Amino acid sequence: MSSDTPIRILIAKPGLDGHDRGAKVLARGLRDEGFEVIYTGLRQTPEMIADAAEQEDVDVVGLSILSGAHMALLPKTVQLLRERGMDDVLVAAGGIIPDADVVKLKEVGVAEIFGPGTSIGEIARYFREHVRRA
Amino acid sequence: MVDELGTGGRRPLARLLTRIENGDPSVRPLLPELFAAGRGAHVIGITGPPGSGKSTLVNALIGEWRRRGRRVGILAVDPSSPYTRGAILGDRIRMMDHAADRDVFMRSMASRGELGGVAATTWIAAAALDAAGYDPVLIETVGAGQSEVEVARLAETTVVVEVPEMGDEVQAIKAGLLEVADIIAVNKGDRPGADRAARQLRAMLSTAGGRVERKPPPVMVTTATTGEGVAALADAIDAHRSQARSPLAAQERAASQVRRALADLAARRAASDASWGATVQSVADRELDPLTAAERLLGG
Repeated sequence: MSSDTPIRILIAKPGLDGHDRGAKVLARGLRDEGFEVIYTGLRQTPEMIADAAEQEDVDVVGLSILSGAHMALLPKTVQLLRERGMDDVLVAAGGIIPDADVVKLKEVGVAEIFGPGTSIGEIARYFREHVRRA
Repeated sequence: MVDELGTGGRRPLARLLTRIENGDPSVRPLLPELFAAGRGAHVIGITGPPGSGKSTLVNALIGEWRRRGRRVGILAVDPSSPYTRGAILGDRIRMMDHAADRDVFMRSMASRGELGGVAATTWIAAAALDAAGYDPVLIETVGAGQSEVEVARLAETTVVVEVPEMGDEVQAIKAGLLEVADIIAVNKGDRPGADRAARQLRAMLSTAGGRVERKPPPVMVTTATTGEGVAALADAIDAHRSQARSPLAAQERAASQVRRALADLAARRAASDASWGATVQSVADRELDPLTAAERLLGG
């Protein structure tokens, strides 16, 4: 695959929090960074996210979560993606996640967690450097 | 590779669609096989202005066809930025009702520089969905203005989605988008004026000649959010299938597809010609006009 094709990212909000401002700002910002952003909206289950990611064959799954349910929803999403054979998809999260949980989430396969204040440029750079393409 | 599509899960299809979108060289040799494997899915284009409710209507149509036992494939196109090549592909938001249904396959595509309402590779992607056993295959275009009519080249049945506030009778007789409609859906039918808009459209379109041997398209009123009128629309689309497969209609569509492929092929060949740079430069320097330049590139 040629490296000049746009990176495809799915941005989803798992669980029951209704605050999607951050996700939308990120979607818009990554668009301006040249990404193809598939935005799926609010209140997604890990199954819906994994099914969408599979059909869209994305390079990155970005999960925005502010509800506090990240320890339940993020590992489940990673597990479902791997079960669907998406071993090389990069999973990243953003939102309010305590440092102690960050360590545990990285252990189960969340590649990176972007807390409040991270710039879009930093996030875009991280994805460009870490996306693995078959 | 291609036989994997019929039996395999979604992953092989999803990977193939990525290669198709990226113009990966491995796709070209698969094309004949892909077309041979096609099962004759009904290819349906859904187009109309931004915000007219195309995605919501597609969501409702998927539900209707699922109730009828059909496996539905969807290609939803949104525009790429002409500056950054980035895109927001947001059609899935309205279609999440069917996210977990294994018999629905939905793929978002960025237009990647094409201005006709679909991507340059959408036709190949539709063939892949057909080969994978999805029927119908729906192509939802970029929000279209008046002249993004490319989808009519790919689709056997083109549905143009309008809203009650579409404008006066003169809008209905302008050339372009409405002319390629096989069926018109006046969506947001719960808004005031929907029935009047439908009546106006019917009146204006019945007086128009348009393409030879062509009946005026049926105008239906739908409310995608409640499902009102959606079953009737699905019936009309299904009924149009045989009309779309008349020898004349099929030939007309095929000719249009070959013409487009020919133009793409000529452009690619010319661009890889050794004299491309110099020829373009002479046009930039106003020594050559673009048509003469093209003739030289094709001839040389």
